[in-house]
Amino acid sequence: MATLHTVNKSPFETQALLSCLGHAKAGDTVLLIEDGVYGAAGGTALTDAVAGLGGAVTLAVLAPDLKARGIDEGRLMDGVKTVDYAGFVELAASHDRTQNWL
Amino acid sequence: MEDGVKKFLYVNRKAPYGTIYALEALEVVLIGAAFDQDVSLAFLDDGVFQLTKGQDTKEIGVKNFSPTFRALGDYEVTKLYVEKESLDERGLTTDDLQEITYEDEDDDWAEKPSIIIVSRSEMADVMAGQDVILSF
Repeated sequence: MATLHTVNKSPFETQALLSCLGHAKAGDTVLLIEDGVYGAAGGTALTDAVAGLGGAVTLAVLAPDLKARGIDEGRLMDGVKTVDYAGFVELAASHDRTQNWL
Repeated sequence: MEDGVKKFLYVNRKAPYGTIYALEALEVVLIGAAFDQDVSLAFLDDGVFQLTKGQDTKEIGVKNFSPTFRALGDYEVTKLYVEKESLDERGLTTDDLQEITYEDEDDDWAEKPSIIIVSRSEMADVMAGQDVILSF
């Protein structure tokens, strides 16, 4: 009964990502899209909070949105998965529900 | 300052593609540049993401407007203030920003950097020294 969470806002601008992380359960996936992708970068003021998720929640990022913003995949925190649009669809299909954090 | 010339500051606080603010700000700067004012741009908070190098928007179907920043020098827009603390908080350094230069007419057209890294308190001083501030 896993949930796919999507976050589309910059974590430096809104609390959406932090709130999402506080509500994600073991087995869930948090997919960062649009301006949400900034939340997956390492070495930021928010990295510790995001890394604190632990291994039970999968963190993923939509690669085309990352690329658009000039954020190299090498900057991502350890353990972050990148997916393309087809991967996004697969995540939506393989989870029981999708919750969008706007 | 010459008569009639005002100091205009365009404040950019939004990331480039999630909203239309960043693109609109750039359009307004380019239009405003035609009016011979003393123009500066400020990049703070998520606005610093507008200047990252290597932006490639092909797969999201949106125009990549980041190369336009490099044309600002041709419009005599040569002061792009970037806040150090905003870079730090986002794990960015000046190496992550694209190189933006202008040719200095008063110095034998020497090529000079347009990006000026300032601290938060220096940014406050920049803001305090303006006649008009437009925020995006």
